Amino acid sequence: MNWLAIKSIYTSEMKRFFRTLSQSILSPVLSTVLYFVVFGAAIGGRIQEVGGISYGAFIVPGLVMLTVLQQSLSNASFGIYFPKFTGTIFELFTAPISFVEILIGYVGAAASKAMIIAFVILATATFFVDLHIIHPFWALGFLVLTAVSFSLLGFIIGIWASNFEQLQIIPLLVVTPLVFLGGAFYTADMLPGFWEVLVKFNPVLYLISGFRWSFFEVSDVPVGVSLAAITIFLVLCISAVAWIFKTGWRLKQ
Amino acid sequence: MAPIISIKDLTKTYASGTPALDAVNLDIEEGEIIALLGPNGAGKTTLIGAICGMVKITSGTVSVGGFDVEHDPRKARAQIGLVPQEIALDIFETVWNSVKMTRGLFGYKPDDAYLEGILRSLSLWDKKDSKNMELSGGMKRRVMIAKALSHAPKVLFLDEPTAGVDVALRRDMWEVVRKLRDEGVTIILTTHYIEEAEEMADRIGVINAGKILLVEDTATLMQSFGRKTLKLSLVDPLSTTPVTLSDYDLALSDDKMTLTYSYDTRAERTGITRLISDLASTGISVRDLESHQSSLEDVFLTLVEEKS
Repeated sequence: MNWLAIKSIYTSEMKRFFRTLSQSILSPVLSTVLYFVVFGAAIGGRIQEVGGISYGAFIVPGLVMLTVLQQSLSNASFGIYFPKFTGTIFELFTAPISFVEILIGYVGAAASKAMIIAFVILATATFFVDLHIIHPFWALGFLVLTAVSFSLLGFIIGIWASNFEQLQIIPLLVVTPLVFLGGAFYTADMLPGFWEVLVKFNPVLYLISGFRWSFFEVSDVPVGVSLAAITIFLVLCISAVAWIFKTGWRLKQ
Repeated sequence: MAPIISIKDLTKTYASGTPALDAVNLDIEEGEIIALLGPNGAGKTTLIGAICGMVKITSGTVSVGGFDVEHDPRKARAQIGLVPQEIALDIFETVWNSVKMTRGLFGYKPDDAYLEGILRSLSLWDKKDSKNMELSGGMKRRVMIAKALSHAPKVLFLDEPTAGVDVALRRDMWEVVRKLRDEGVTIILTTHYIEEAEEMADRIGVINAGKILLVEDTATLMQSFGRKTLKLSLVDPLSTTPVTLSDYDLALSDDKMTLTYSYDTRAERTGITRLISDLASTGISVRDLESHQSSLEDVFLTLVEEKS
């Protein structure tokens, strides 16, 4: 294993994150504060509790997941797309690095960035609500699995994209709606019958549900099902990446 | 001694069906500078891509330092440094970090003293903290070379290294390349500047339509294919070339004061002695003589035309 190469990619990606620290941190924190103001204070004032939890606290896992998903996707997709765009990707092909090492470097950095922002958001949330995590290790596990899985998806999007528009289209048109329809701000049983059934097909519901369970032991689906769902998603992403590397799809002529 | 790069029956056909390389065979010896010449689309960059791991090989084998590029890519690639045709840099990164990053990608621990030496040799040391976006085109190209050298490769590929570079900088780069060769680095360069190949290369390979037409020592190639001209400055102008000299390939200049005789260096006799004698017997006095070797460009064009 070429650990120094992994470290080079990881360090370079993290440097970029810290180089644009204000954008990297400020933007998601500001969005989260706005969510708290709008959903927590304004709407939360009319919804007292959900499942015995104050509405302000209830939406925290969903908000964290929303940010982790978006950040994992955007960081990983941009991370691999940028060398494609500038042409520096040739270095990855000509250096003695395996695709697995490239993947660990980029996906590891993207997941790390998403995790850092998740912790900042959790810290921000404590200014608005009393927060107590019943199963912190489960919460951490879900967070890591989600960050890694969606960083893998972001990596795939970055390889697929041939312009900046394509880079944005899946996060904007697919992932954000899935998060909003994934129970970030409500439980599935609060929805009318048809929608309650429909959201069960939304994979993000299982992530948020599992993550919320680790906070409050309240969930839409059993935690084992959530864990299975995220594991399946992870395996699917790894399989897709393995196929891309094997065939050289969008990478090699 | 075994060649440092050995290419056997290398064929590349793109997914579109376009053939780019057609059964290429080439051995490159350690420590030499070999120039690959060919028109646009000849397959030069594809050949480099196949050796360096950027292009999937359709059939055939390539080994670098005895390691097959497909079966043992790590060991093969570890010996290669590549400066591609297009300048490709992270414009937001500094020169120092860019070079350091490449060294890391090749699995080498940081060595500031070594990298400093490279940057100094390329006159980049003063710019080490500059962002790549702040550099001129020539400087950026030097950064590309510095990155390629950051892991002390045994083989360096320079794909059109001086394209778009001014004359002074081009000369500087030639010096850098020569110095590298003196240090034992094998250099494969592609170029459109035939003068560059003539000036730099120990051997020249001519590639066209995906085929290697010829690989020859530069001097031998020049001698084998070179045509020479002999310019004869006359004492008195001539109205026309005399009929008695019609056996010679002669051209009279517009001012009627110079006869240009073209001859083939490959011929058994050049005919110069006989020409001078015939000129004297015809009563034509010659004031001065000047011979001129045809350039590699002429050689190249002749070769491509002949083989095509």
